[in-house]
Amino acid sequence: MNSKNRSFALTDALYLSIAIVPVLFGIVLKVLTGPGNRGISITGARIFFTVDFPVQPLVITETQINSWLVIITILGLCLYLTHGLNAAHPTKRQHLAEWIVEKTRAMTSANMGEGFESFPPFIAAIISLSAFSSLLSLFGLYAPTSDINVTAGWALGTFILITYYKNKCGPFHYLKSFGDPVPLLAPLNVISEFATPVSMAFRHYGNVLSGSVISVLVAAGLDGLWKIILGWLPGPVSDFALIRIGIPAILSIYFDLFSGCLQAYIFAMLTMLYISSGFPREDYQKRKENKRTQLIRREQ
Amino acid sequence: MIEIAVAIILGCCALGAGVAMIAGIGPGIGEGNAVAKACEAIGRQPECKGDVTTTMLMGCAIAETTGLYALVIAILLIFVAPNLFVDILFSRIR
Repeated sequence: MNSKNRSFALTDALYLSIAIVPVLFGIVLKVLTGPGNRGISITGARIFFTVDFPVQPLVITETQINSWLVIITILGLCLYLTHGLNAAHPTKRQHLAEWIVEKTRAMTSANMGEGFESFPPFIAAIISLSAFSSLLSLFGLYAPTSDINVTAGWALGTFILITYYKNKCGPFHYLKSFGDPVPLLAPLNVISEFATPVSMAFRHYGNVLSGSVISVLVAAGLDGLWKIILGWLPGPVSDFALIRIGIPAILSIYFDLFSGCLQAYIFAMLTMLYISSGFPREDYQKRKENKRTQLIRREQ
Repeated sequence: MIEIAVAIILGCCALGAGVAMIAGIGPGIGEGNAVAKACEAIGRQPECKGDVTTTMLMGCAIAETTGLYALVIAILLIFVAPNLFVDILFSRIR
């Protein structure tokens, strides 16, 4: 029993370390390879190295590295939460895991209706990836969601799913849906079809990026203010702006915590709504019934 | 001469970014309206506060989109466009 307990605790520690070590690794990497100057500047993701590829060189940036860190962190958290599940004596972490699963299922069934029972894992993956990516900026790391490539990739995945579910009644039905009210409006329908992923990508990216830009501008402004007021003092007092401690953190509560989680929720919500509203439910059921009756006739 | 050309490029990019952000007025008014109506709805029916709040946040996020388009264009104009245009200018001169 004792050795069993010890191995259980060791596995727990391993899973927790899988969750925590990537973040520490990211911080160490940033400290070691980051630019040395203390100046405040707004830049995109830093490029680590490029790999030669046939069509276009593959650029490995901070975005890819941090995305993988987030993925490994989520993997560790999932392993930790589901370790030692017990139906008779549920632990605290099992309650948390069950709560997450139940909430995702309830949200999906409330927003998508029937026929989408397989979607909760996908939605939970989107929410957790997006939220943890945005929250990574709390550790001073580059948030992957403030790179448009990441959000555009997610939006492209959503677009493929939307198109797949619109094609459920066959490609002819899909093409006919473009001339829905009047065939004259078909070009506008095509534009709105492509505007969906673009707006989703821009919304998430713009929100996260604007938050980080405003935070940097406020920090730079406080720095300048300190220099103007107390710049005449000798020594280290004028060099280091003490008002930069604390005040940007208040902004960070909104821009990093609230906005990051809200954007994750909104991205997942819009994914669910677009997919379920693009699915022609009644026509699909009609088509299914027609096929069934045809089959019965043939058998007779 | 080149200095004047570069200065005009930089100034016009900054001006363009500023003008693009006028679009921020629209989402401001729209979101204000949405929140005002949500407050009224909660005042009338306090028991459906949760539903109203989530719907309002969704609506606000969608109303924000046009403003974010303007923001993306402004960010492109400030951080990307000047380098691009100055490069084009220098390549033309050579």
